[in-house]
Amino acid sequence: MPWDMRDLRRQVAIIGAAESDQLGIVPDKSAVQLHVEAAWNAMEDAGVKKDEIDAVFNAGNTLGMAEYMGITPKLTDSTAVGGSSFVIHLGHAVAAIASGYVEMALVTHGESGRSRVGAGGFGGGGDQWYGWQGSAGPPASYSMACMRHMAQYGTTHDDLAEIAVATRKWAQLNPRALMRDPMSFEDYHNSRWISYPFHLLDCCLVTDGGGAYIVTSLERARNYKKKPIAVLGFGESHTHGNIAQMPDLTWTAARNSGPRAMQMAGVDHKDLDVVNLYDSFTYTVGVTLESLGFCGPGEFGQFVKGQRTAPGGDFPLNTNGGGLSYTHTGMYGMFATLEIVRQLRGECGDRQVKDAKIGLVNGTGGSLSSTGTAIMTNQV
Amino acid sequence: MPQVRRMGVPQPTPETKPFWDAAKRGELWIKRCKDCGQHHYYPRVVCPNCFSRNVEWVKSSGKGSLYTYNINVRTAPGWENNPNYIIALVTLEEGPRIMSNLVNIPFDQDPVKMAQHIQVGMPVEVTFEELSEEISVPRFKPAGS
Repeated sequence: MPWDMRDLRRQVAIIGAAESDQLGIVPDKSAVQLHVEAAWNAMEDAGVKKDEIDAVFNAGNTLGMAEYMGITPKLTDSTAVGGSSFVIHLGHAVAAIASGYVEMALVTHGESGRSRVGAGGFGGGGDQWYGWQGSAGPPASYSMACMRHMAQYGTTHDDLAEIAVATRKWAQLNPRALMRDPMSFEDYHNSRWISYPFHLLDCCLVTDGGGAYIVTSLERARNYKKKPIAVLGFGESHTHGNIAQMPDLTWTAARNSGPRAMQMAGVDHKDLDVVNLYDSFTYTVGVTLESLGFCGPGEFGQFVKGQRTAPGGDFPLNTNGGGLSYTHTGMYGMFATLEIVRQLRGECGDRQVKDAKIGLVNGTGGSLSSTGTAIMTNQV
Repeated sequence: MPQVRRMGVPQPTPETKPFWDAAKRGELWIKRCKDCGQHHYYPRVVCPNCFSRNVEWVKSSGKGSLYTYNINVRTAPGWENNPNYIIALVTLEEGPRIMSNLVNIPFDQDPVKMAQHIQVGMPVEVTFEELSEEISVPRFKPAGS
């Protein structure tokens, strides 16, 4: 072990601490306002500028609060386990700062517990800005992003179809995949509209299921029965909570998390043998390929052309069949991660990528809001 | 007559009440930072650019351009009587982006045909729809329509 827990002693200090302007009975301020006031006052107390904050913690909604304050973090932690959360956040912040992962953490809280002002819609702008447009969940958010990409770069339904069809081919090699019937380009184009420009076959499945993984030190890992898959690098970020506040709908926070993960891992794009990108929608894959730098802005259509990402192509992508054809319970990032582990262990049978040594997984959450990128290897 | 939808009627909070009061009068209000000069929407008590608390209400021109949109063939609960309604992101002249709906576009069962009347980047302007006695919400229509 490079680290002993005692190495964390005296490494990290609290430099600012403050409350909202008023406490007690405050019927003229919402929970969000109290929350942000406390953040502002703590930063004033410390003399810290907003741009110095690279880690955000609160109990339940870092997406919304970081969006409100205009913070794009390198570490996000919404651990919500009740009133103890903020003490637990401190421990997480200590470990992260002492290791050099981040430098400055902001831990915040705000509640209108007595007056119940804006107490229901917690965090960010809340429902008053987003409830009245008729947004029917993720397809309505992601389709707007796809439309912008189409208008800006000339991306077409043929480009999206390449991804849907290639992903189905992988699913056909996976006995556990839900959708294993062949899918033609015609099937894609003939599938019904959900939220134009999305066809049904642009959208992921809705399924039931669970997943889990276990992590320990590499030293300990050698005592257990499975081949250890080592983590080489990781990165995380988010740019907004609601799609309406996304800085630019044609790239995601993977622009931040990807390079950080690759830098930590000491690998480049050409070193990756297998890649799993969260495919809530076909567009999610395209925009993530660009955001991670596998191709330039507006170029994903060219990149995936000719079934390049299908079995037998030179860029194995979403080899389990993805959220589009394998399974999608709601938060698919777990399954994308597990597939990289299985590929690196060599457990994938018909869909095994030969001699896979290094794999990358990128999860995308919220409304193209948050990303996590991890790079793993079996070379230990 | 526009459909009155009970679902999604906004509930103002003390710091956002001026926005909704203005909307009731047919005006679109946003916030401007007196320190860095940047406008923002949705309205906040701090500037999301420079984090100053020195922010003020200003009236938006209500004019902007269509940043992106979609056409919702599958409807949200409460929207069944408005088939193929359009959700839009509009970039206001002052800079901020607002999520709303694009209205005054000829209906067609086929969203591809509706899309022929819409261009990303087209000029749009605000119009208001009454959802309840207290609340009107901003929608956008093609400029001059």
